[in-house]
Amino acid sequence: MNRNDIAPNDRGLSGTNAVEVRGIVKHYGETKALDGVDLTVRQGTVLGVLGPNGAGKTTLVRILSTLIKPDAGTAFVGGYDVLRQPKQLRRTIGLTGQYASVDELLSGYENLYLIGRLLDLPAKQAKARATELLERFSLTDAAKRPAKTYSGGMRRRLDLAASMIGNPKVLYLDEPTTGLDPRTRNEVWDEVQRMVSEGATVLLTTQYMEEAEQLADALTVIDKGKVIASGGVAELKAQVGGRTLQVRPVHPAELPEMARCLHETGLTGATFSADTGLLSVQLTDDEQLTAVIGVLGSRGFGIAGIDTKLPSLDEVFLTITGKSGPTDAVPTLEKEAVA
Amino acid sequence: MSAATLSPATVKPAPLNADDVRIGPRATLRHIGALTRRNLMRIKADPESMLDAVLVPIIFTVLFIYVFGGAMFPTRAQYIQYMVPGLLGTTGLNLAMAVGTGLNSDFQTGVMDRFRTLPIGRSAVLLSKMAAEMLRALVSFTILITFAMIIGLEIKTDVLHLLAAVGLSLMFGMSIVWISMLLGMSLSSPQAVQGVSMLVIMPLQFGSSIFAPTGTMPGWLQTFTEYNPLSALADACRGLINGEAFSHSVLIVVIWSVAITAVTAPLAVARFRKRT
Repeated sequence: MNRNDIAPNDRGLSGTNAVEVRGIVKHYGETKALDGVDLTVRQGTVLGVLGPNGAGKTTLVRILSTLIKPDAGTAFVGGYDVLRQPKQLRRTIGLTGQYASVDELLSGYENLYLIGRLLDLPAKQAKARATELLERFSLTDAAKRPAKTYSGGMRRRLDLAASMIGNPKVLYLDEPTTGLDPRTRNEVWDEVQRMVSEGATVLLTTQYMEEAEQLADALTVIDKGKVIASGGVAELKAQVGGRTLQVRPVHPAELPEMARCLHETGLTGATFSADTGLLSVQLTDDEQLTAVIGVLGSRGFGIAGIDTKLPSLDEVFLTITGKSGPTDAVPTLEKEAVA
Repeated sequence: MSAATLSPATVKPAPLNADDVRIGPRATLRHIGALTRRNLMRIKADPESMLDAVLVPIIFTVLFIYVFGGAMFPTRAQYIQYMVPGLLGTTGLNLAMAVGTGLNSDFQTGVMDRFRTLPIGRSAVLLSKMAAEMLRALVSFTILITFAMIIGLEIKTDVLHLLAAVGLSLMFGMSIVWISMLLGMSLSSPQAVQGVSMLVIMPLQFGSSIFAPTGTMPGWLQTFTEYNPLSALADACRGLINGEAFSHSVLIVVIWSVAITAVTAPLAVARFRKRT
């Protein structure tokens, strides 16, 4: 199940590329939204496009959905050229954006039926497909209600259903879980995994490392319109340093003693902070986690809580670019000075 | 989800030099039908959006007949015969100018992106707006004429002439819809569209022969009203309903409508294609 343990090169070797992007450039006035982006998505796999706000992720998705035209470069989706064969390409794709693109005044059913008709399904089939997808996305009870009465999660599910009507071979999910609560996010993830298991190719943009870990086979990291890293999830994770284990002892006074014990048993990389009362250990694999907990337990330290933390996107950027991350946050000192 | 499920889905190989498929007229008609249905269902879901179509003709009729009517003409009945036919045209104009506002708010939501990623002709979205708008205008015209007849409007010709007046107003209104759509796609917010629309409507509406004969107006304004297509439309409707000469003004309205459509419809479609 843990797809990340499989090296990226092990998958999809026999498949062809469902998406091929070469040297795509897009300017908005002076700003270069995309500055020569290359990427490929193998058929039947999920490519996670990771990047901060304003990195160019959405611009890329809009180009690949024929919503905007690139200034230079080529892009093929399902073998169709975004510039010369937009209508054929549109039959191949489904798009779910960050903001649900459904008609708020129409019911869930009417939304799906409309799209079915626009995809040239006969009325009967459009009806059947709408009903089927409402069922699948657990929206049957709300089928007749206007979409504006839906919760955020229901809307996102309706949006996903809408992009599935035409059985697209390639799905673009543009930050599909931004702004969703954890439970709804999990529902969306489950749905995406199901689509992939049924053979869809997915291009997923996200700001969340965790989302990329859950869903993606391979990653492309974009910053300021440029690809700054790409490869398998495991590969990039190794670059960034994997997870951090955080242990909260019952008695914070024992922190130095705990770190020393770990060091003695050869488990390096443990640090602690009296301020937070946490012991942190950099993990490179799951065995290490078991070992750390085992050592601490056998020495009789009381543990109040443990947690593992993935590197944040900021940390990924920090590592890859070797400079400070993409946050626009005001440095803490300045904030305090203002206050 | 495992590697076992990665069996490649079959993708139709596209001949690299093939031109894009064309969407035939029958498919486009189907798409217009589906989108028109959507626009009508939106009205059903939000009946308040029909308020302008229902109330404006009644308010205008009451306001002008009872407030200004007595002062302008010897009898109120004469003013009804003069003003109501002109109201047909201005009602069409008012409704038409509201289309851009709706189109602009469509762009503010993601719905338009969804449509634009579907394999449908770009004109289908605009033409379906037009179709829904025609139905709205017909409702409005019916209410106007019914109400006016209750308070005394007399159709001095026959139903065919009345229908011709309605058809002419509809035709002119639909040519204005293209201008409104252009504004809707060019300006930044629905509020801006509404503001600019008012600026267009007001001078055209009142600088015309709709509400008052132009004889007492200053020379420059008379010149304006003479070339204002709404004057021609009002004169044509008056002629058709009151049994006076109408062929000249009908011709002018037809020329205006065709000219406006010929210039602005391609611009609107091009703008729609380009809009990102």
